[in-house]
Amino acid sequence: MGARLGVLALQGDVSEHILAFSRALRATGEVDGSVIPVRKPQDLEGLQGLAIPGGESTTISRLVEKNGLFGPLVNFEGGIFATCAGMVLAASRVDDPRVRPLGLLDMAVKRNAFGRQRESFEADLAVRGLDQPFHACFIRAPVATATGKDVEVLARIDAGAVAVRRGKHMALSFHPELGDDPRLHAMFLERIFAGE
Amino acid sequence: MKLEELRFGTELLKRGFASMQKGGVIMDVVSAEQALVAEEAGAVAVMALERVPADIRKAGGVARMADPAIVLGIMDAVSIPVMAKVRIGHFVEAQVLESLGVDMIDESEVLTPADEEYHIDKKAFSVPFVCGARDLGEALRRIHEGAAMIRTKGEAGTGNVVEAVRHMRNITGEIRSLQGKTPQEIINRARELEAPPDLLLETVKMGRLPVVNFSAGGIATPADAAMMMQMGADGVFVGSGIFLSSNPQKMARAIVEAVDHFDDAAVIAEVSKGLGQPMKGIDVHTLREDEVLQYRGR
Repeated sequence: MGARLGVLALQGDVSEHILAFSRALRATGEVDGSVIPVRKPQDLEGLQGLAIPGGESTTISRLVEKNGLFGPLVNFEGGIFATCAGMVLAASRVDDPRVRPLGLLDMAVKRNAFGRQRESFEADLAVRGLDQPFHACFIRAPVATATGKDVEVLARIDAGAVAVRRGKHMALSFHPELGDDPRLHAMFLERIFAGE
Repeated sequence: MKLEELRFGTELLKRGFASMQKGGVIMDVVSAEQALVAEEAGAVAVMALERVPADIRKAGGVARMADPAIVLGIMDAVSIPVMAKVRIGHFVEAQVLESLGVDMIDESEVLTPADEEYHIDKKAFSVPFVCGARDLGEALRRIHEGAAMIRTKGEAGTGNVVEAVRHMRNITGEIRSLQGKTPQEIINRARELEAPPDLLLETVKMGRLPVVNFSAGGIATPADAAMMMQMGADGVFVGSGIFLSSNPQKMARAIVEAVDHFDDAAVIAEVSKGLGQPMKGIDVHTLREDEVLQYRGR
């Protein structure tokens, strides 16, 4: 049986994540892999990896609670690939009481760290582990203002850490799923398949 | 590290912003208090207005962009994105909203048009735009002008979902009918639809609009919202339907949950219990021609 991946499908750019995971599976030669949308706790069973997409973190947080997913996500045994709003949810501390963080990565996250949509930007970002810069798209993006000892910072800009990793989990301020560069997804899948 | 070349206001950032709204409910609000209710209920964004569409209908006269003080008050109150409306073709109202820092501008038929020939050149702005459309040709013309998001128009301020249904069926039905056609046949159809041919080819290939498409104009209950999602909407705008209902807090939460579980009738049944009175609503067939907002802009 091939790799089994999921995308938290409560709100946000879910279909982009499903496509990006499918592309990354093909790129890594995992042709039998599957990607499913996750809406209920039982959807998580048997998944090796789960993307938490971009969207509105306050909305997604509320729906995580409503759907009984908070505990199952905290105890999820696979790897988490979190982008933008997903990074906010994956954190251990958030600057906004309306979001209940899952605590998957030991870090403090600031929402909308750059400001409103007019401050959203694209830039070429140096990421540890990649030979060439990654073209990153930051949309009302968060940053990690503090990270714990066991959290590896893969990319940092003046405002804080924008790509971090711990074990099988990765969290990014930006949206690799909106482009067609599979390198960060591949980096995530490598650790999942290595069973680390 | 220092980032050397930052690029702002690109097409990718505009469309990307719209993608982040998917699966969500965008609610019309007229005050900071209402915006907080919307945010607490799980709205993905709010539309800042001076009056909701049903009240614009009642008030009559010329409907314009909201007072910037109202928009700023709402922006200060919530952390979710704030959108606001400008009149069709009124590029200076759009410049004003862009300078306030709103996250998205709605070039809307709900306000009185300022230009009956041209829509705003939306590519000249760094802020993303959403525009209304009743059919595929209109949607693609707006995308060609730079709209990063489309909303089917429906008939705003009526609490009657019939026009929203019609417009969604127009668009999805037209796209379906072109599947399997040759590029030549599609280009011929583009002429009839008055749609840019390249965009129509792209749309047929994707099997959907190339930007996010929300439903709007008449959604008043959780079942209305879920129906539009089942018909293929990426999310919904609810205008008068929330704050003109008898229990806005409860209605707002119920519509958010219905959109999340749009294909689960048991959940929709549960959240629809005891919501009180939805907005009263209008039979669209009783409207005079000049009262029909969807005819504005084409």
